[in-house]
Amino acid sequence: MTEVCTGNQTTRVMMCAPAHYSLEYEINPWMRLENRPDTELAAEQWSKLYEVLTTEAGAEVSLIGQVEGCPDMVFTANAGLVRGEIALLASFRHPQRALEEPHFAEWFSQNGYTVYMPPTGCRFEGEGDALFAGANLLAGYLKRSDICSHRWMAEMFSTTVLSLELVDDRWYHLDTCLLPLGDNRVAFYPGAFDAYAQTVIRHHYETIEVELDEALRFACNAVVIGETVVLPNGCPHLEANLRKLGYKPVSVEMSEFLKSGGASKCLTLLLN
Amino acid sequence: MPSEVVRLEGHIIDSLTLSKVMDIILREGGEYHIQRFAMGATRSDPSHADIEVSAPDAATLDRILHMTQQHGVQRSTGEVNLVAAPKDGVLPEGFYSTTNLPTRIRLDSTWTPVDPIEMDCAIVVKSEGIVECLPMHRVVKGDRVVVGDQGVHVTPVERRDPDDAFGFMGSEVSTERPKALVVAAIVQAMLDARGQGGRILFVGGPAILHTGAGRFLEAIIKAGWIDVLFAGNALATHDIERALFGTSLGVEIATGNSMAHGHENHLRAINRIRGCGSIRAAVENGTLTSGIMHACITTGTDFVLAGSIRDDGPLPDVITDTIKAQDAMRSQVKGVAVALMVATTLHSVATGNLLPASVRTLCVDSDADSVIKLMDRGTHQAFGIVTDCEFFLKELAGRLPGVEV
Repeated sequence: MTEVCTGNQTTRVMMCAPAHYSLEYEINPWMRLENRPDTELAAEQWSKLYEVLTTEAGAEVSLIGQVEGCPDMVFTANAGLVRGEIALLASFRHPQRALEEPHFAEWFSQNGYTVYMPPTGCRFEGEGDALFAGANLLAGYLKRSDICSHRWMAEMFSTTVLSLELVDDRWYHLDTCLLPLGDNRVAFYPGAFDAYAQTVIRHHYETIEVELDEALRFACNAVVIGETVVLPNGCPHLEANLRKLGYKPVSVEMSEFLKSGGASKCLTLLLN
Repeated sequence: MPSEVVRLEGHIIDSLTLSKVMDIILREGGEYHIQRFAMGATRSDPSHADIEVSAPDAATLDRILHMTQQHGVQRSTGEVNLVAAPKDGVLPEGFYSTTNLPTRIRLDSTWTPVDPIEMDCAIVVKSEGIVECLPMHRVVKGDRVVVGDQGVHVTPVERRDPDDAFGFMGSEVSTERPKALVVAAIVQAMLDARGQGGRILFVGGPAILHTGAGRFLEAIIKAGWIDVLFAGNALATHDIERALFGTSLGVEIATGNSMAHGHENHLRAINRIRGCGSIRAAVENGTLTSGIMHACITTGTDFVLAGSIRDDGPLPDVITDTIKAQDAMRSQVKGVAVALMVATTLHSVATGNLLPASVRTLCVDSDADSVIKLMDRGTHQAFGIVTDCEFFLKELAGRLPGVEV
């Protein structure tokens, strides 16, 4: 097992192989029923990502089996938010994805996590809208998660939550437009945030601004493990910036998942 | 203007959520007032803000609240908790203790004002939703009393309008305030009260007589400027002593000389009024022909004389049961817009306890302690002026229209 740079602890992530991945509904601007993913190609892309994460990045991957009728279950980042032995379970905005909740809950329980449900009526889409960055938990809201989930997370993890309003439907989750890079730095696409959130981000972090064309390629939807950053291909500017800062970008083709509005980060949930 | 108190909590400073919410309120045509703000004690602790949002109309308020809710603003749906009083004169444990600030309670989904409001009382919901602010002794067994502060909304005193006659005065006590300006402001406040149908209350102590200022107060009352006078046995006694014998505590007002056996004069004055049966009877039978109390009777100015343990006599009009005296004063403060408290600590504090914070209150005393005590007991709206009461009343009499000294 390769040791990664964040301490001596192996990074563990949860993934879901695309056994029943498809496009059955439209719940974000990327999804179009007439532009369905090629499932074979999707499986290849997923396997490549799995390989990069386990070999190049040295992560340990735990798998959850995809349930038929939950085509988006591959996007495990939305299952919840995990820290230590605690898993905060998602409560999806769209009923189509709410079907995934009991399966994720069961997996967390079976794997030794104490599972907490969000307050009644409070939407929360897991790591999709909640990313630890240094001393803070950065949390997106308005498109999918409700701001009431921020108070809940702050209480559950005794941490400072910075609430960031998302303003563009194309970047409907925080992890589609913001990428924490270590404790003090983030890459982000400013146009996805309101002016207050942009101020908050710039106040608390050194920033790399992602350009529109790369933001549209989901450049920020990357998995950071130590100094390895696994991001969708077609984002040369961000890759160059990362290299300058000493990171090792590894790009992967994510075309079939981008059709559903997801990429490498959406396909992984951090477990530690 | 419709308003609602909402709560915002979380890391609302670091996230700029509080700024955003305030900006939205203003942008959408509303106004906000942060009633309470508690900063998180540590970095990870959330902060809390209770914000009163107001808007020109209910539709705008609804729109603002709807817009701000998505940024975490929580609307209170909490109604007041009511618990029955266990005995006559006994409140349930945890009863809500009132302030003298404008107060509303949430009852059957609507905000109902508690009016008039008085500090250190309980809020009682009588049958048919009638809301009363009652002192402990007036509560009867079974009265439904507000417990805890859920569903209770208190509006802080508004920032003073700089054009207000009181506007230039701070609420702190000062010996260095330009006194003529203060008196001019009081005159303006009294004129305003008159114009708006508000009543004027005068609370006085016996030093008014000892300093020879009785004639100024008498003239002010004669000119109809005072609606109700609160005092004790002493003010009335020394006023009547002056009217009957020309002395105050045996000292001739005119010359300042002590009169032989003059120290008995106040007892003889009390005795004579007791002989008549009441101050009114003494005026009507011609025994009492001048003075402050005489002016009250002849002009129909109400008065409440509240007794104390050190009283001589007392005069027959003095109410010696303090609870009955409080209730008599309570019934007289309704509609009072201006309260002048001159040269008395005891009666000033007692009156301050009964007044809503909206009453313009001036406290005049040669001793700063009197003024400070009044504010320390919760009458924060009071303005203090440290000066001799004779100077004050002479100035006031000289400036009020229609006063002839």
